Amino acid sequence: MTLAVVRSELAQARRPTGLHLRSWVAAALLGLSLILPYWRITLYAPQYPGGLRASVYLTRVTGESSEISILNHYIGMKPLEVAAPLERRLAVPIVLGGVLAVGASPFLGRLGPLLQAPAVVFPLGVVGDLAYWLWTFGHSLDPAAPIRVDPFMPAIVGRGTVMQFSTYAMFSWGFLCAAATALLALYNLVRWRRR
Amino acid sequence: MRRRWLVAGGAALVLLVLAAAGGRFTVSTATTAPSLEQLIKAKGLTPDQVRAAVQTYVPPGKYDDYLMFSSGGQSGQVLVFGLPSMRLLRVIGVFSPESWQGYGFSKETAEILREQAELRDALSWGDTHHPAISETNAEYDGQFLFINDKANARMAVIDLRDFSTKQIVRNPNAASNHGAVVSPNTEYVLEATQYAAPFPFRYVPLTQENYNQHYRGLATFWKFDRARGRIDPAQSFQIELPPYWQDLADFGKFESDGWVYMNSFNTERAIGGTLAKQPPVEIGASARDMDYLHIIHYKKAAQLIAQGRGTVVNGMKVLSLKDAVANGVLYFAPEPKSPHGNDIAPRGDYIVVGGKLDPNVTIYSHRKIQQAIKDKAFSGTDPYGVPILAFDRVVEAQVKIGLGPLHTQFDDKGNAYTSLFLDSAVAKWTLGAPYKKGGEAWKLVDKLPVHYNIGHLAAVTGDTAKPGGRYLVALNKWSVDRYSNVGPLFPQNLQLIDISGEKMVLLSDTPVGLAEPHLAQIIPLDRVKSWAVYPEVGTNPLTMKVDPNTTGAGKERIVRKGTTVEVWMTAMRSHFTPDRIQVRRGDTVILHITNIERAKDAIHGFAIDRYNINLSLEPGKFETVKFVADKPGVFPFYCTEFCSALHLEMAGYLEVAP
Ligand SMILES: [Cu+2]
Repeated sequence: MTLAVVRSELAQARRPTGLHLRSWVAAALLGLSLILPYWRITLYAPQYPGGLRASVYLTRVTGESSEISILNHYIGMKPLEVAAPLERRLAVPIVLGGVLAVGASPFLGRLGPLLQAPAVVFPLGVVGDLAYWLWTFGHSLDPAAPIRVDPFMPAIVGRGTVMQFSTYAMFSWGFLCAAATALLALYNLVRWRRR
Repeated sequence: MRRRWLVAGGAALVLLVLAAAGGRFTVSTATTAPSLEQLIKAKGLTPDQVRAAVQTYVPPGKYDDYLMFSSGGQSGQVLVFGLPSMRLLRVIGVFSPESWQGYGFSKETAEILREQAELRDALSWGDTHHPAISETNAEYDGQFLFINDKANARMAVIDLRDFSTKQIVRNPNAASNHGAVVSPNTEYVLEATQYAAPFPFRYVPLTQENYNQHYRGLATFWKFDRARGRIDPAQSFQIELPPYWQDLADFGKFESDGWVYMNSFNTERAIGGTLAKQPPVEIGASARDMDYLHIIHYKKAAQLIAQGRGTVVNGMKVLSLKDAVANGVLYFAPEPKSPHGNDIAPRGDYIVVGGKLDPNVTIYSHRKIQQAIKDKAFSGTDPYGVPILAFDRVVEAQVKIGLGPLHTQFDDKGNAYTSLFLDSAVAKWTLGAPYKKGGEAWKLVDKLPVHYNIGHLAAVTGDTAKPGGRYLVALNKWSVDRYSNVGPLFPQNLQLIDISGEKMVLLSDTPVGLAEPHLAQIIPLDRVKSWAVYPEVGTNPLTMKVDPNTTGAGKERIVRKGTTVEVWMTAMRSHFTPDRIQVRRGDTVILHITNIERAKDAIHGFAIDRYNINLSLEPGKFETVKFVADKPGVFPFYCTEFCSALHLEMAGYLEVAP
């Protein structure tokens, strides 16, 4: 890639094409998703009239997660805070890398499509990882726990039931942003092929 | 044709549905509870009673509109009721240990109780009398509550963020006190002495001569430091008064700001002596027709104190009686004998005094009093040289309302409500201009019998610049036939009265089986901003800040230093960490316990068998227990507050090796 190429690309950036705009919106959405929750879960039980809420971000868990962890310890489930330590540490560099890659890809010629491709699979990866951790939590219950329940897989989306608790889970704004990024990137890939 | 069929079919369908519904109805009436009409008939309720029941009913899960803080009398506590349901919501330990709240057992709260009792041995009770909610611009602000201990001349400060007692100060120069009232912005909390005693408190043989010469009353102005939430004794002061029995008082507001009005009785200076054939106090103290309304220019007194005119007696700055008289700080006005209530009207213009043995309430005008002082319109001086203002120069009106007028509260429509002790009734009467004018002014308009022997009464914000009206509570001393017999110590009776209309309406009776609720104050619920959980984990309830000795999960530990064993412990459903503590007989054990829960109502108790230790650890609270392990044995400790299905398992052992 010569300086001339860069210069011509920058010249074009002054008159951005649809590809440029879509990529930048996609990059911005991906970046935004870092500060938004990806997944929410609400637990309802008679003694929690307002329900108990936890929001899972790429980097942290917020809401009444400590209260949920206290309840989980009765069935021998690990506290939510110990989940996905590696993922939480890598989330910021991965997403920022993705933002850079998607945002810059229109300038990078043939390398461009290659750099948009990871953004397409990113939300799938998130879902897979979430499913893995939910399964792991539900299937590594401490056998010495005071209340014994059969191993279970909490619902990723929709209703579930554990003892007197009914749970309601759904994806949230951060995930929707990442999914929008993925759709835009996919659209870009298709257009690239045609170009 | 087709349309006709449709209509016919539709009609048939409607009939079918009706029939089905009718069938259901007949079945359901046979099996469900009696109808409202049947219930009313079976209980023989009048329409008024049904209306009162509905008016005071607060459905499950709904909140009351008001909180009433009532003294708990000899229980040494404060009682908190919800209005209009009159449900008891909370008991606050103040002068007595209160085990549900762990009050008096932790290092922090034991010190509140113990420290201030140092001169009088360990006191384990008090006679809570007059609650006073802190005020801003002469309106309740809902931040603090003050209450006096009549028996032992103490004043307590309760923080309404966590409804817990934070401080007790002891009056070093008085034997007993009466009342707590606050200045319009709570700069001062006023305590009047009740029974005159040697000043400063010590032994002086009780002869009439000694009494006249050495016994004194006091007006104590406790300085309140709002930022710290504490009374500052170093900034407080007292005014020496003649040995009459000072009683209720009220701070002026607006035009009367800077002044305090206070009742007295026993201006006869009777000292009893029935076995020596002297008249009993009762008779001796009621001989004269008039007692003295005390008129105190306390802002002037504060200035004199600031200029160094006081003497320090037992750590308290005192302005002498001589100085008070010489500097225009103290005046008297005659008041009908044996008065109790002394209540300043919402605009600060009138002072209403009820003399128990006089059928009138006597209303003084602050303006007239000021004019009379200016004109030196005195009718004489008392034996201590205090100028007495001429009665007819300072009285605005007298309203004949009935027997035994005591205490007055106000509403939002220019009416006053006075308890009538001898009549067992509440009198409603009108204030004069600017509240009511012409023929409407100073008139008895209604009287409602109560059951029985009413003492004080409390209306919604009824002693502030903006009375709320709507409800009034009669605090009755006797309940006689109102409740089933529960032994010869009868409950006392709180009666809720609707004052929103022309006529007062009795709404409900509430038995109080805890001790004499003496006086109460009623505040709208939304003006009290209390915490549901302590805002930060490790909050020390005395400092209201995170304690340096708090512990988090995973950081619990036991450290021995010589013969002191210090434990940093956490409490969480359903375990204490650590749950085993081993010490040797004679060791000093210090437990720092933090409830690390964040959930509302996730409260843990902490009790150790036979060591007289019981804490209440609300979510986020930190407390320290300190004791000498002087009893060898193995002592279970456990959570006293049912907290989870594994609550009984929330336990551990303290081993004390011999
Ligand atoms: Cu517990």
